[in-house]
Parts: sequence; C-alpha cells; structure tokens
Amino acid sequence: MTRKDIRIQTVGGTRFPEAPLPPRAGAGLKGDHVDQILADDYRIGFLEVHAENYMGDGGPAHRALSAIRREFPLSVHGVGLSIGSERGLDPAHLDRLARVVERYEPALVSEHLAWSSHDAGYLNDLLPVPYDRSTLDRVVAHISEVQGRLKRRILLENPSTYVAFEGSTMGETEFIAEVARRSGCGLLLDINNVYVSATNHGWKPMNYLRDFPLELVEEIHLAGHSEDVDDEGDRLLIDAHDRPVSSDVWSLYDVVISQIGPVPTLIEWDNDVPDWPVLRREAQAADAILAARGPASLLGSRHASA
Amino acid sequence: MQAGFAASLLAPDLPVPAGVVGPRGKKAGKRFAVYRNNVAVGLAGALGDIFPVVRKLVGDGFFRAMALVYVAQEPPGSPLMFEYGQGFAAFLEDFEPVSQLLYLPDVARLERAWLDAFHAADVEPLDPGALGRVAPEALAELTFTVHPATRIIDSDFAIVSIFSASREDQDISGIRPRQAQSALVTRPGDWVEVRGLPPGASTLFKALIAGVRLGEAAGDALAAHPQFDLPAALAAMLEAGVFIRCAARAPAGSLSA
Repeated sequence: MTRKDIRIQTVGGTRFPEAPLPPRAGAGLKGDHVDQILADDYRIGFLEVHAENYMGDGGPAHRALSAIRREFPLSVHGVGLSIGSERGLDPAHLDRLARVVERYEPALVSEHLAWSSHDAGYLNDLLPVPYDRSTLDRVVAHISEVQGRLKRRILLENPSTYVAFEGSTMGETEFIAEVARRSGCGLLLDINNVYVSATNHGWKPMNYLRDFPLELVEEIHLAGHSEDVDDEGDRLLIDAHDRPVSSDVWSLYDVVISQIGPVPTLIEWDNDVPDWPVLRREAQAADAILAARGPASLLGSRHASA
Repeated sequence: MQAGFAASLLAPDLPVPAGVVGPRGKKAGKRFAVYRNNVAVGLAGALGDIFPVVRKLVGDGFFRAMALVYVAQEPPGSPLMFEYGQGFAAFLEDFEPVSQLLYLPDVARLERAWLDAFHAADVEPLDPGALGRVAPEALAELTFTVHPATRIIDSDFAIVSIFSASREDQDISGIRPRQAQSALVTRPGDWVEVRGLPPGASTLFKALIAGVRLGEAAGDALAAHPQFDLPAALAAMLEAGVFIRCAARAPAGSLSA
C-alpha cells in the first residue's frame, strides 16, 4: 500500500485517513515493535490489535496506536465480548468496544465464536459452545446487538477447540454459515484454528474448508500451534500463538488463497513474542503467497471492503 | 452448561463437566485440562506481567504457584486485564508463605499504582511556571486539581529503592528494606515516573489532593515534619506533574496550565 492509496476522509470529523485493509499480510501489534514498524523500509500491509488492550483512558499505549493508525490500516480484534455467553453481552463492555472503534476508526472489527465470562468472572480464555439451535439463536442475537451498537458489520472468527459437546446437533461449518446468514456478519477464517480443531476432532481440514462459506471471508488469521496428546495418546494440538506458522497450515493457506484470491492475512504471535524481524519474516512469507496467487487469480474474487 | 464448565475450570478436583466429550466417544480428561491450563497459565502470567518486581523477588516458580492460589480466590471481574490484581497486595498480606517478606504487599501496591498511572487519561500537567505567576500573598489560598495518573504509596519499607532497582535489573541485595519510603507515581510526559518523597512531601501532596489550601497543607506538613523543605517539595511537585490546575478560590479564577 502506498501513501497515495490512503484517501483523507473529511466527512463526520474523523481523525484518521480512511485506510481499508489491503489484501496483504499484517501483524498483531506488540508494544515493543512499534518503533521498528514505523521505521522499517518494509511496509507491513496492516496491523491488528486486541481491543481490550486499548480500553484504558489514555497513556503510552494509545499514543503508540495513534502513531500506527496514522501510518497503517488497522483491524480491531476483540477477545473479551463473550459472544457465546449464556448470560448475555455485558453492555458496559460493548460500550468500551464502541469507544475503541470510534477512537481509531479501524477498517475491520472482529470477534470470536466463544465465551469467556461467567458469574465467576472473566476466565481469560476462548471457551467452546455447543452447536445447537438455542446456541445459534443466542449467538445471532448477540452479533446483531454488537452490529447495532457499533453501527457496522463485524467479522466472526472460527474457534480452535479441544472438546466437543454431546448436545451438539450441527457441524461447526453449518453452524457458522447459519450465524453469518442470519446475522449478516462477515467471517474471519483462522486457518490454524481449522487445522488445530480438525486434528483434535478427527475431521479432514480440506472437508472443513469445502463446507465453510469462503465467500464471506474478509480476513485470514495464521498462527503457530503446539502439540500434546489426549487421554488415548492421540495428537492434540494447542492454539498456542507462540511459534512460527506450521508447514501444514501454510499449505492450507495456499489452497484457500488459490481458491478465493488474496485476502488480508494476519500473522498472530502473542506468546514468547519474537523480535520484529522474525515476525516480519512470517508476514513476508504470507505476502509471497498472496503475490504468487495475485492478479491472475483475482478474477472472480472480491476484495475485503471496509 | 457454562456455569458447570466455569466451575470445573477453576477447581481441578471437579470432574469434566457433564456433556463435554472427545470425538467418537473418546474421553475428554486431558482435553478439558487444556482449558484449565489455559485459564490458570493465562491469568497467572497476566498477574506476573502486572507485578514483575514481586515475581522477581519471590522467583518465577514460586510466583506462579502463589498466583494460582490468588487467581482461584479472585478471578478478574472484567476482560480488562490491565485492571486485574487490585486485591493482590491484600492477598499477599495474608498469604502465610510470604509473611516474612514484610515489604512485599507495599511493593505490589506500587506496581499496581504504576499500571494505573500508565493507563490514566491524558491531561497536560500544571505548567511549572504557574506558581510564579501567582501573587505571593495569594499562594496560601491556592487549591489544586490532581492529575489522573498521580498515586502516592506510603510504606514502612524501602519500596522505591526495591522497585527502581528491580525494574532497572540492578542488584537489590544491598538494599535495607526496613527504611520508610513514600512513593510518588506520576506521568508528566510520555512515561510513568516513580520518585521517593522526602519526609513531609507525602503529607503535603495528600492534603493538596484532598483539596486543602496550600497554606494550611504546608503548615500541617511542617508541624508533622520539622525538617520539611517546602520549596524543594513544591519544585518536585511541579517537575513530577502531580497536578493539572491550581486556583486561588476553586473553581472560579482557575490558573490553568
């Protein structure tokens, strides 16, 4: 993305240039990387932040994100809205998210198909939901509530899961497709999550991708996973975000991009965060695949729209 | 479903919640344990990031075990993890294995105050020249408005020395913990600053924060601490950005920065 691609929006008193996510690689923003990203000759396609980290009133974190937002397209990724919660959305938290979105005018806002809060408090993990009718109705209602409050469409991310529920009556892809159809939300396809869940549940990742409504995907996430074993000694993958993207996930990514064309693609690395050049190398690997599947394969695909 | 799931997450001796299974009828024990581990490791890790000096003082392994006890007692009330641990200092006061480390709770209070200051609202501190523009006879009548980042922690222990040395990766073995120190936490510019306050300055600043007029607050500080150096305290106050406004008779006639 070059400077001239950034159009200055003057309507509505916005603070930042309008900057849609380009169909390139982006990175999850870490405080230690901000100065290097701003000074780097390599211009990363976009940056993504966890909304909750910017729900404080002010201070150095906001100053850094404002500097990033002036120079780069931004995606805001919520981790605490608890969209699958049985006790309803927390209106105070939804207000906080709305404030972050108003403050930074991101190109995209996304959240997870998961729950994380209960009466006991905030559990700080993305917990699984059963795929049944009552959960479907609840998730659709919650996404509609979020989209109504934010006055914009959000993207919903497919989860990584380690257990299943006896009560599930639908497959995950069917459930997600139905949520998107009824709520009108877009989708964030996390290919590492696909690989992790498919391995953990004995699905074929290619079948999952075949059944997934790829036409609604506006962003892709890639991350590294760690490996354990379950009670029977079978492979159990953990969505660890603490290492490079695995070769199996890169292969699936190549397949997806070949099929749907270039889509904004985030490298997530949240634990044991490396120096910026290591993260940049992962982003450049995604850029290479996006470029290789570039203009020729763009026919018949669509860009992510802000 | 979620009530049982949440309860089992926080209590490792509870069985896997009913209805939670592995694929094709497989057991879910180790699978559910992944969530238990994510929650425990995630919250303990977050607590360690908020209290790095406490973690260093007790060691990583001990801190993790201690954090797990605290996390089970007091899980976060909201998804704003940077607000977590408000009760950690009080927990440390009652946690028997660290009862010998008398300074630990106040070090935790200082670390918690540091993060509060980090996320506080952006407001320009009082212009250091503001007091110079007040007529000398009006100085005693001044009242002040505190900066949202300002925190003061009084301790019977050397918390400023311990905090500063630890965060700068210096050796703390030479610090004698049993000397009373008051910490002033402020954010005058781009970053949070921590200073030790001389005797009397803490008394003065706390009175001013409470809205007491400068003349009365200075008199009280001097009465309590005969060696109190008022000009030095005022200079430190302006340099540290403790306040954002002063007014001769609040709120009218404000001399804002």
